[in-house]
Amino acid sequence: MAQKVLDSLKAHHPAAIEHTESQHGDEIAWVKRDHLLAVATWLKTDPTMRFDAPVFCTCIDRLDWRPLGVPLSQAWTEDKPRFEVCYQLRSVTHRYRIRLKIAVLESDPSVPSLAGLWPAFNWQERETFDMYGIRFDGHPDLRRIYLYDEFVGYPLRKDYPKEKRQPLVRRDDLPMNPIKVAREHKPEHK
Amino acid sequence: MADSQTLKQLVLGRKDVQDLSDTEHDLPPDLMTVNMGPSHPAMHGTVRIVLTVDGERVVKSDVQPGYLHRCFEKESEYATYTQIFPYTDRLNYVSPMINNCGWAMVAEKLMGLTSSIPKRAEYIRVIVSEMSRITDHLTCIGASAMELGAFGPFLFFLKAREWMYELLEKVSGARLTHTYVRIGGVSKDLPDNFAADLTHTLDETAKVMVEVEQMLNGNKIFRDRMAGIGALTREDAIATGCVGPIARACGVDYDVRKDYPYSVYPEVEFDVPLGTTGDCLDRYLVRIEELKQSISILRQCLKQIPDGRILVDDPRCSLPPKKDTYNTIESMIRHFKHIVDGIKVPAGESYAFVEGGNGELGFFVVADGTGRPFKAYCRSPSFVHLSTAGQLIQDHLIADIVPIFGMINMIGGECDK
Repeated sequence: MAQKVLDSLKAHHPAAIEHTESQHGDEIAWVKRDHLLAVATWLKTDPTMRFDAPVFCTCIDRLDWRPLGVPLSQAWTEDKPRFEVCYQLRSVTHRYRIRLKIAVLESDPSVPSLAGLWPAFNWQERETFDMYGIRFDGHPDLRRIYLYDEFVGYPLRKDYPKEKRQPLVRRDDLPMNPIKVAREHKPEHK
Repeated sequence: MADSQTLKQLVLGRKDVQDLSDTEHDLPPDLMTVNMGPSHPAMHGTVRIVLTVDGERVVKSDVQPGYLHRCFEKESEYATYTQIFPYTDRLNYVSPMINNCGWAMVAEKLMGLTSSIPKRAEYIRVIVSEMSRITDHLTCIGASAMELGAFGPFLFFLKAREWMYELLEKVSGARLTHTYVRIGGVSKDLPDNFAADLTHTLDETAKVMVEVEQMLNGNKIFRDRMAGIGALTREDAIATGCVGPIARACGVDYDVRKDYPYSVYPEVEFDVPLGTTGDCLDRYLVRIEELKQSISILRQCLKQIPDGRILVDDPRCSLPPKKDTYNTIESMIRHFKHIVDGIKVPAGESYAFVEGGNGELGFFVVADGTGRPFKAYCRSPSFVHLSTAGQLIQDHLIADIVPIFGMINMIGGECDK
């Protein structure tokens, strides 16, 4: 059903769409970053599309992506974009669903903000910024949302260690946590 | 003593402490900043609102979630697909069964198992999901009524909720964090005499609902506090991503169970209640009607549930029989690999969503062919609904924040992940 959406998208914006695919019934369109706002505006306002309901916005960090059972050419290498920003949209009128993906380089992790078109993305983009460090250009209020402002780094990036702790309150009066001491003295293994 | 005197003068705006006259005094006309939360009896869970108030009227607000952030997504990248079920229990801890079902569905979608789940397992999933929806709505309405001063309905609804929890405990073994659903089915079959127990509980719950409706629906205080408070237009509800009872109260006809049917929902009959005004009273009425529909779905399911397997017969996701595990080396190895390496999910990405207590609850998973997800994302309805809270409480009184928050039904665990 929603293959129509992908075909129509490609016909109307041939320069903006890199390629499209379908996975497990989800339609995915890869959009070039510079054309994202134009494509999103068209998807929202065009009467045959009317993607009025935002669903979610998140990001995929492809660092060290080596999937099993697929050709090695799909694995992530240094020259490929590291981040994929995903926007999932839904059309209340036509019941279409589509996922827009924007490939983003690690050296310039920024994407135009869609919070102006769909207010729901205001907080969801803040969450993505908080967790992945993607800058959303034109966002009205790009602050951390779950974590505190003093937090260093972006916890859902693949190179952020799971065990790393950043307590906000320093307790210098307490003796050092024995578990932490043991962990720090353990030789590194991978 | 001098300090307390100045304090009293500041608070009352009086010139000296002895001045006890009733005449009006000049109070400072400036706006005031008030912190509501993060630990406040009316803030379900832990959320902080920095309010700028003009007298009692809210002119600006900054809602700050995150006090219950427990790294669900990061932890999920290091756990097997089965180990994540306990984590999902702790997302929306008022209706954990629905979260379990959502997580199982996303893995099944990636493995291509969606259509081969046994019918009995699907019915059991719908039964426990609807029971969870009932506990979710009972808690939401009961707690909101209590915050508005109606303590009776709270006790009545918690009594009914406890009956449901007792039944779910019989089913799964745990009162609140069930971890009952598995990829490919459910972990155990329903206990003996379950149908009779559930029928009895539903009858009793229906009676409690009649009593509570009599207490609340015509109650002037309750109606005055709810009607016209925190209204949202249909267009705003769609654009801000609202789903579930909040969107339906605004007249958005969207229910995942009807619009993108999953499981055996097409085989049962139910209505989707819609509101017209989108205010707190409509949200309450929609939830009451959904309770009745859930009870009706449960009764139908008990009539239609077939016998059969409760877990799909697929070596990828079912353990070998215990007899073989202890007696043959092949089954022993398979059991070990299944537990230690986890269920292998083929590489790909997928988004599966269910109708949770608060609306569309989805899981977006990127799998890399191993037993652990490469990325797991939870589309939590509470987070989206909370993002509209700032808009809803704008220009309302501080006292109105309480019913608005009660009817948003923000669940901290789900919102903060």
